[in-house]
Amino acid sequence: MNAHLQPTGSAYFITKETQEIERHTLSVLVDNEPGILARVVGLFSARGYNIESLTVSETEHGRRLSRITVVVIATPKVLVQIKLQLERLVPVHRVHDLTAEGASLERELALIKVAGAGDHRAETLRLADAFRAQIVDASVESFVFEVTGKPAKIDSFIALMQPLGLVEVVRTGLAAISRGPESM
Amino acid sequence: MAEKMTGAEMVIQALTDQGVEHIFGYPGGAALPIYDALFQQEAVQHILVRHEQGATHMAEGYARSTGKPGVVLVTSGPGATNAVTGLTDALMDSIPLVCITAQVPTTLIGSDAFQECDTVGITRSCTKYNYLVKRVEDLPRIMHEAFRIATTGRPGPVVIDIPKDVQFALGEYYQPDHDTLRHQSYRPQVDGDAAAIEAAVDLMLRAERPIFYTGGGVINAGPEASEHLRELAELTGFPVTSTLMGLGAFPASHPQWMGMLGMHGTYEANLAMHDCDVMINIGARFDDRITGRVDAFSPNSRKIHVDIDPSSINKVVRVDVPIIGDCERVLAEMVRVWRSKTNQPRNEAIAPWWKEIEKWRAVNSLGYKNSDTVIKPQYAIERLYEATRKQGKDVFITTEVGQHQMWAAQHFHFDKPNHWMTSGGLGTMGYGLPAAVGVQVAHPDALVIDIAGEASVQMTMQELSTAVQYRLPIKIFILNNERMGMVRQWQDLLHGSRYAHSYSESLPDFVKLAEAYGGKGIRCENPAELDAAIAEMLDYDGPVLFDVIVEKDENCLPMIPSGKPHNEIILPDTANIGDIIDEKGRALV
Repeated sequence: MNAHLQPTGSAYFITKETQEIERHTLSVLVDNEPGILARVVGLFSARGYNIESLTVSETEHGRRLSRITVVVIATPKVLVQIKLQLERLVPVHRVHDLTAEGASLERELALIKVAGAGDHRAETLRLADAFRAQIVDASVESFVFEVTGKPAKIDSFIALMQPLGLVEVVRTGLAAISRGPESM
Repeated sequence: MAEKMTGAEMVIQALTDQGVEHIFGYPGGAALPIYDALFQQEAVQHILVRHEQGATHMAEGYARSTGKPGVVLVTSGPGATNAVTGLTDALMDSIPLVCITAQVPTTLIGSDAFQECDTVGITRSCTKYNYLVKRVEDLPRIMHEAFRIATTGRPGPVVIDIPKDVQFALGEYYQPDHDTLRHQSYRPQVDGDAAAIEAAVDLMLRAERPIFYTGGGVINAGPEASEHLRELAELTGFPVTSTLMGLGAFPASHPQWMGMLGMHGTYEANLAMHDCDVMINIGARFDDRITGRVDAFSPNSRKIHVDIDPSSINKVVRVDVPIIGDCERVLAEMVRVWRSKTNQPRNEAIAPWWKEIEKWRAVNSLGYKNSDTVIKPQYAIERLYEATRKQGKDVFITTEVGQHQMWAAQHFHFDKPNHWMTSGGLGTMGYGLPAAVGVQVAHPDALVIDIAGEASVQMTMQELSTAVQYRLPIKIFILNNERMGMVRQWQDLLHGSRYAHSYSESLPDFVKLAEAYGGKGIRCENPAELDAAIAEMLDYDGPVLFDVIVEKDENCLPMIPSGKPHNEIILPDTANIGDIIDEKGRALV
């Protein structure tokens, strides 16, 4: 590890990162209690980890459990630390690295507002149909589409709407679950 | 069964049920109901401090010297923020504390009320866990859960923030059992994996250049852990070194003891760490003060790491055999497995290794040039150590942070765990004096000495007043060099001897200061008079502030200089330490 060190004159050493960074989706099962989100997010900022996407909601009301889906970008060594540091938090039950554990499903929902008239409106509707986007609001000069899918699909739909009068976008962040019969 | 009482009474009841005898605190508006309940009972004794930081360090000293949790009670706002340094210190050094902070009434939270602060927000990152109690029904559960979290697994500080209306509210007190505690997610692993322990022992059985590298985890695991460590060391015949936090877990008088390792550790301990083939880390965490350059750290060894905190494994140094568990349990198991495989120490196989170690020992890396005109700080500590051995009392040492702390670690020798209290991870100047107060509260008949520097001690000097109030005969042994000595040493090492603000100007007259507080002051500057002055300090039945005027520019050596591996340690005969570090090093710390 840490094969390359800059020459240093300090007991603190600055290491050059030699591992490639990777994007991983973690699923975190936590007690749904006040401050839990601050605890998780605070851990990331305090230890300098990067969050790409974060989704939180209660998933088992009876047991007051929430699932946090967090997408992180880090080297494999840091990813292991993130998992262990999360597991160290008192209200955290389990942490699964869905990316490392194999097949998982990832979905995101976006609401996309597009304004326009004439040919643009017709083109907007054709593309929305191709992406299976639902119209959830319509006026004479605008649509709001609801689109779900992998983040890449939403990215491309947004890119196509750009020249057709894209007004604004809101996205939920990623929800992910493993394939097969097992629970986390 | 369940008894009706106020939230404030529940706090006291829960403390009593937890067996708490002493708490350290300071009252204020939001905490008054708890103070009122405290006034009307006798089970829990309250020690009134002079500053809330002092309360946290006292609780740390109390906890570290007894193995029991330290308890702190402070008011809202500034009471809570003043406690933050001690909480962080306890988190870094894994000390079990329960800190009760009062809060403004729930209806006022968020309104910027008088003495309001976001205590749970501020302390989230400096506690193991924290609570804001919004309903009195939750209070008994939270009180007991806080003690469980603070004392189990890797110990640490827990904050319970209690709004004033919750303190007044009536509710039913109950003692929760483990199953009804809220956090079923909290289950620290205490038993080490049997296969990993087996693999570790197999590795140890083949070792030719082994070393035990032990840390504060052995102390936290209780006195039995230290006994098992000694047993295992004697069974194997391996040398033992320890971190600053682990001193006392293995007796310093034992022939297998190598002295402390790390930045100011002994030559033999550091070279043995560098050259070993099997390293057995028990309850230490590869801190940067230990490893120096990570890529050059013990390059040819297989490493075994026993730690109760899974996140400590592979955090800094990659290890070959990780064992997650409580040091006491794992050490006991290692002893059992070793015995099942052999009844011989590996004396013959490791004889060449010991021969090499003896050569390093012969260098006498803790040596120094004594003087008969000026008191050398190392000499002062040696004489103090010799004098305390003759006292026939249990001796506890606390320190502040800096050169004096390292000299104390090098020249005062500990044969028992829980007798050495110092701020390791956070390096908190001002820790030692209040910590000594806490230790003395727990051990009224013991000899408790704070080995201090004149700069550090002024950070929490006001707690001398606490010592006088409660007739706690602590001895404060100040090595006064009129410098922030360690800062001055680093400026020599790294910054061309430009002493930016590293001198102690306008020092108080410590003798008069002691007298002003109602204690005794002693000053000594002549080496020939030192022994008599130390005897005078030890004989006095009350707090003493002992001002030892020492050599001003003594360097704390040996030292692994900045960014160098263990085998490039600076020894005491180095004339000019300013030439050792290159230009690039100065950019870093």
